[in-house]
Amino acid sequence: MTIEELDQIALSVRQENAKYDYEVNVCMDLACASQGAGLLRDELVKAAEASGKKVLVRRTGCMGPCSSGPLVRVDPEEQHYHHVTANYAEAIVAGLGGKPVPELQCDLNDHFDGQVRVVLENAGHIDPEKIDDYISRDGYKALLTVLTEMTPNGVIHRITESGLRGRGGGGYPTGLKWSTVAKATGDVKYVVCNGDEGDPGAFMDRSVMEGDPHRVIEGMAIAAYAIGASKGYIYVRAEYPVAVARLTTALREARRRGLLGSNLCGTPFSFDVEIRLGAGAFVCGEETALIASIEGRRGTPKPRPPYPAVSGLWGKPTLLNNVETYANIAPIVRNGGKWFANMGSERSKGTKVFALTGKITNTGLVEVPMGIKLREIIETIGGGVPGGHKFKAVQTGGPSGGCIPADMLDLGVSYDALMKVGSIMGSGGMIVMDDTSCMVNVARFFIEFCMTESCGKCIPCRAGTAQMFTLLTRICNGVGTMDDLALLEDLCVTVKETSLCGLGQTAPNPVLSTLKYFRDEYLEHINHKRCPAGVCNIQAPVEVLA
Amino acid sequence: MPVPFTPPPLPSDDKRWKIVNGTMRKNGFARYALIETLHTVQSSFGYLDDDSIRFVANSLRVPLSQAYGVVTFYHYFSLKPPGKHTLTICSGTACYIKGSDKLVDAAAKRLGIVAGQTTGDGKISLMTARCVGACSRAPVALADGEVAGEMSGEQMLEQLERWAVE
Repeated sequence: MTIEELDQIALSVRQENAKYDYEVNVCMDLACASQGAGLLRDELVKAAEASGKKVLVRRTGCMGPCSSGPLVRVDPEEQHYHHVTANYAEAIVAGLGGKPVPELQCDLNDHFDGQVRVVLENAGHIDPEKIDDYISRDGYKALLTVLTEMTPNGVIHRITESGLRGRGGGGYPTGLKWSTVAKATGDVKYVVCNGDEGDPGAFMDRSVMEGDPHRVIEGMAIAAYAIGASKGYIYVRAEYPVAVARLTTALREARRRGLLGSNLCGTPFSFDVEIRLGAGAFVCGEETALIASIEGRRGTPKPRPPYPAVSGLWGKPTLLNNVETYANIAPIVRNGGKWFANMGSERSKGTKVFALTGKITNTGLVEVPMGIKLREIIETIGGGVPGGHKFKAVQTGGPSGGCIPADMLDLGVSYDALMKVGSIMGSGGMIVMDDTSCMVNVARFFIEFCMTESCGKCIPCRAGTAQMFTLLTRICNGVGTMDDLALLEDLCVTVKETSLCGLGQTAPNPVLSTLKYFRDEYLEHINHKRCPAGVCNIQAPVEVLA
Repeated sequence: MPVPFTPPPLPSDDKRWKIVNGTMRKNGFARYALIETLHTVQSSFGYLDDDSIRFVANSLRVPLSQAYGVVTFYHYFSLKPPGKHTLTICSGTACYIKGSDKLVDAAAKRLGIVAGQTTGDGKISLMTARCVGACSRAPVALADGEVAGEMSGEQMLEQLERWAVE
């Protein structure tokens, strides 16, 4: 495969698409598919054939606003239709080139206008199972450019220049990580992609792997060239069967096109990728645990150093990045590091994909420039809290993150700003809570999660989270005391400071942040045996008979 | 001279063992294929029993204790056969905020079992999942793997009723 051949494929796809007057894009991501998008597409194909119009019906990955699903976008008009059911298929086709179907029309301008799409640039525009669709949107161009025109150091320089930081949550500078692995000695190195999206309430990585799988593969291949690896692994949760299927298809197609395999593009560079399935363990998001799991063992973390960059998979230098990090690579290579660095805030560059869920009108995926105010994400893009309820807090970072209260909504989203207020960026889950959510109960939920997900290797995490859970349960049940609260705070510090890996070190964050901003709710539970939100099931005090 | 390793014979002439063996052969009977192979066993047989764990461990030359350790470490692996139907309720954060715990309680009460168990007649298993990634449609339940969003208590109980009278 050469760049000329790639351009030829792109051209033929565009010529093929130009034969059609209209494109009807049907979102077939999990949320839409669970509401009958599959049947809808079949009916649209039938209706298009019957009408005699030149219509291309395309299935696409997640378009973003899942709460409006099943979602259809008609091009070239860029008309969005929401809550579309199969019986509207004929009406939609009949409306092409004429008047749109009024009852399905929706205004998503507020939702889309504030967004900047880099990772999700192809979302809703390509069929995830067609490599040619990806190629027609500049896919694999970055890889071939890198192979033919750039040195490995040049690639690393460009990534460093972009200021990209790890999108898995930690925010480690990607360029620095790459150069460490590149400098590590050893002729066998590995590239690993962390697709074990364990944060409950987040699904960005699933959508990227399902909606645009080639973007991840291209990013990994570029990384492999930069660090000198020839083998890659994508570690995907077994709970995401569609992502596994799409990646499998994508890998096969990429090999068929000569974009994976030996001597790519006539150069000495060879690279191939294998998929490894996770098996439901949150701790496997931790890099050393993930490596243990790929090696077929229990996913327990190891003390670092040595870091995987020096001694990782099978003791070899290993580059480990998150799905979204790899998804950013191709656009950075294509457009230059400066282009990327121009987006975002001072120390957090580019964009971030968030999964907006919970008590919010527009649930779904959004991609926003770093530095954007939380208020804009929640009120403008997300459409605010529905049902006349009052916004209470937004939770970021999942079980490792914290709850940010309403009076901090003007905070700009960046790694450092979120860290400063006691939360973390995390992989991008953003769960909105209103006045019907009890913050003590939420803290208890996360601690229960960490308790059951603790691998059991180190005592502070294994025993500490269990004790914290007991204390929080007591408080939730209305039998907690001020001593319990003091012990809880003490334990938070111990677990945070003495645990082996990130799971334990961050497990107290949900408790600490709710204690900081919603202490009154804890006190209400303890002193007045009352749950202000009415969530906790506090029994009326039983009178002790004398 | 080292004796070449011969993998143990298949436990029975059940065709599914050939699929399991295929996964191991594809990976050259390497030890790192343990989790991959256990996935194949579970997708072929529905669960992992002593015989299958023993067979996989022997074939891959992994100590039985280690194989059992892996099986019990990962939530995805099940040591008990599933019921004819499985209701899985997602208990991820978004689903929890929208009341999935109440769904679990209601289903458990209706079936007379707790999450993770199967009814005595082997008809229905009640499971919880950490997160299935359909958070935008919380609360989510899976009826035999089929995702259904914005699940209400009534809808869920109707589904259980349909299965119960089958």
